Amino acid sequence: MNARARLVVFLLAAVGLACAFGVAFAGIPHFGAPVSAYAAILNHLSEPSRQASDVVSAVSFDFRGVDTLFEEYILFAAVAGISVLLRPLGDETRHLPEDEAPDRRIPPPSPAVGLLAVTMAPVLVVTGLETVTHGQISPGGGFQGGVVLATALFVVYLATTYARVERFEAGSLIEASEGAGAGGYVIVGLIGLVAGSAFLTNVVSLGHSGNLISGGTLPILNATVGLEVAGGFVLLVKEFLDQTEVIRGSGT
Amino acid sequence: MSILAYSVVAWLFLIGMYGVVTSRNLIAMVICLSVSQSATDVLILEIGYVHGGSAPVFVDLTRRPGPTVDAIMQALSLTDVVLGAAVSALLLALAIQVEKRTGSLDPDDLRTTHRLPW
Repeated sequence: MNARARLVVFLLAAVGLACAFGVAFAGIPHFGAPVSAYAAILNHLSEPSRQASDVVSAVSFDFRGVDTLFEEYILFAAVAGISVLLRPLGDETRHLPEDEAPDRRIPPPSPAVGLLAVTMAPVLVVTGLETVTHGQISPGGGFQGGVVLATALFVVYLATTYARVERFEAGSLIEASEGAGAGGYVIVGLIGLVAGSAFLTNVVSLGHSGNLISGGTLPILNATVGLEVAGGFVLLVKEFLDQTEVIRGSGT
Repeated sequence: MSILAYSVVAWLFLIGMYGVVTSRNLIAMVICLSVSQSATDVLILEIGYVHGGSAPVFVDLTRRPGPTVDAIMQALSLTDVVLGAAVSALLLALAIQVEKRTGSLDPDDLRTTHRLPW
């Protein structure tokens, strides 16, 4: 199918899809309409019954906690899939780019970049931990904070070379933290079963809304998700960075 | 206002699909797919939006009582963002392998058969 024929087929389908969108959008609530009854109930329930002032976190990790469990496992599966896809194959050998052209060394990053990285990395770690631990009080949580934590390593990478980052990043520890994060969520869920209620029931002492320790299982689940996401994103970027070192095998 | 808000969603989705159909590079294709995918983000947030609403975080709201936007939709958009990142990363990994195996990032070079009449 040539490009023109493909475009014609797409345009026909797009017109049909646009009509379907029109019909579908006519049936959904008007933009800016008051919230649904479900959301209104959750708004009223979240603080009195869960001591969590951030309703979004309460929805993600308590009222719809099983959803988030699956969401976490989708990320876990994606990272595992990328590790499998990008594994070194039998016909590939590992070389640094410098080995291919010894006369053209990669210039080291400038001192200004190094200084910026040294200043930013600790700030990013603290910001990430703050975002993970305050999920039940203010906007934030494990997913957002985990990504910020992972960024700290990438900032270090910008200031040095990949070979040096690889030496201290301890791959097995990161894999372990990713696994612990993914498994921890299920274990927290099982506590509910052990306590005689349903899976993921908020059975831990709730604390007082607005305090750092509040919301029962919310901060615990946020911490496990933070571990999982931080580990997952570091692994993910590590897999892609590894590709810069792998030289194509003789088969291609 | 409703029409404008929801047309943005349809436009984003269709323009992303147009990019997927016409792009001649697998990486550009992944970017176009994430444009399409962002349409669902916008849609979810628009459904949850309330005129004059504030974020459903009740730390400071006691001083400013009023409507809040839909917390469920915000939680769903969080799921959407995570899935978008996971899908893009997986597709980019596939693109790397395609480039390694075929030496090309053009989706047309992926054909296994040329016997089709068109």
